[in-house]
Amino acid sequence: MARVVVDVMLKPEILDPQGKAVAQALPRLGFDGITAVRQGKRFELELDGEVTEERLTQIRHAAETLLSNPVIEDYTVHVEHE
Amino acid sequence: MTPKVAQGFRVGVVTFPGSLDDADAERAIRLAGGEPVALWHADDELRAVDAVVLPGGFSYGDYLRCGAIARFAPVMTAVVDGAGGGMPVLGICNGFQVLCESHLLPGALIRNDHRLFSCVDQELVVENASTAWTADYEVGQRIVVPLKNGEGGYVADDATLDRLEGEGRVVVRYAGENPNGSYRSIAGVSNERGNVVGLMPHPEHAVEALTGPSTDGLAFFTSVLKASVGA
Repeated sequence: MARVVVDVMLKPEILDPQGKAVAQALPRLGFDGITAVRQGKRFELELDGEVTEERLTQIRHAAETLLSNPVIEDYTVHVEHE
Repeated sequence: MTPKVAQGFRVGVVTFPGSLDDADAERAIRLAGGEPVALWHADDELRAVDAVVLPGGFSYGDYLRCGAIARFAPVMTAVVDGAGGGMPVLGICNGFQVLCESHLLPGALIRNDHRLFSCVDQELVVENASTAWTADYEVGQRIVVPLKNGEGGYVADDATLDRLEGEGRVVVRYAGENPNGSYRSIAGVSNERGNVVGLMPHPEHAVEALTGPSTDGLAFFTSVLKASVGA
């Protein structure tokens, strides 16, 4: 079993109203010194068997067709080791 | 001059799991003089319709991103093919989000900048009256139709926005104060050919005095009937 993680973040030029709301809530709770928050999504994909370059290519394809919208989001893929 | 309306002009309305406004869209088509045809998300063909409306709602619960899963519904393959062949396609609210996710229209819709679900009677300016869905309007005409969504902020990069403006593909723009943070107050856009139009406000809710703030939305549905006879 292997786990591949896909992180999806809004592109920097796209407004993130949720991140802004979190950023405004933090100082109210006494968490000071945080100047900005961007909120993203994390997908944990469980694979049967080994992570191969071919499977990673497949996952990158899934990341850019379904898991992210390349018009507004960027993604990164990494393999998580135990 | 009496408008030429095609006899038996069939407009398909797709119901996805979570669609809300499919019945209202069908009603608007009927009031405009067309024949509404119910289409199901799992259909793999379009039952010989002449045009398609993707209605508002929350397809697949808005999971992942609004419209992201609906884009891969079986019926969308036929819709994308039809649009490529010039068939008129209108996406309203969630339908607009589906069209953007399908790359039939540029840009994307994100959460409103004020983070609230809004439901208002919204004034719009029609900026392109030559699309398949807006030919019955005048350029510069102001209309009032309901706007109701949580994720109606239209975004795209500057180059795309400049291209849309330059090519006259901003179909409707919010009048007055920007209600949701949409870049350049864009409420709806079209593809290059003008057969595919998407907008966040709901023209299908403004077709009868009894239930709408106006009847200003009806012309979207009468326009497409004329597009069919090549007027």
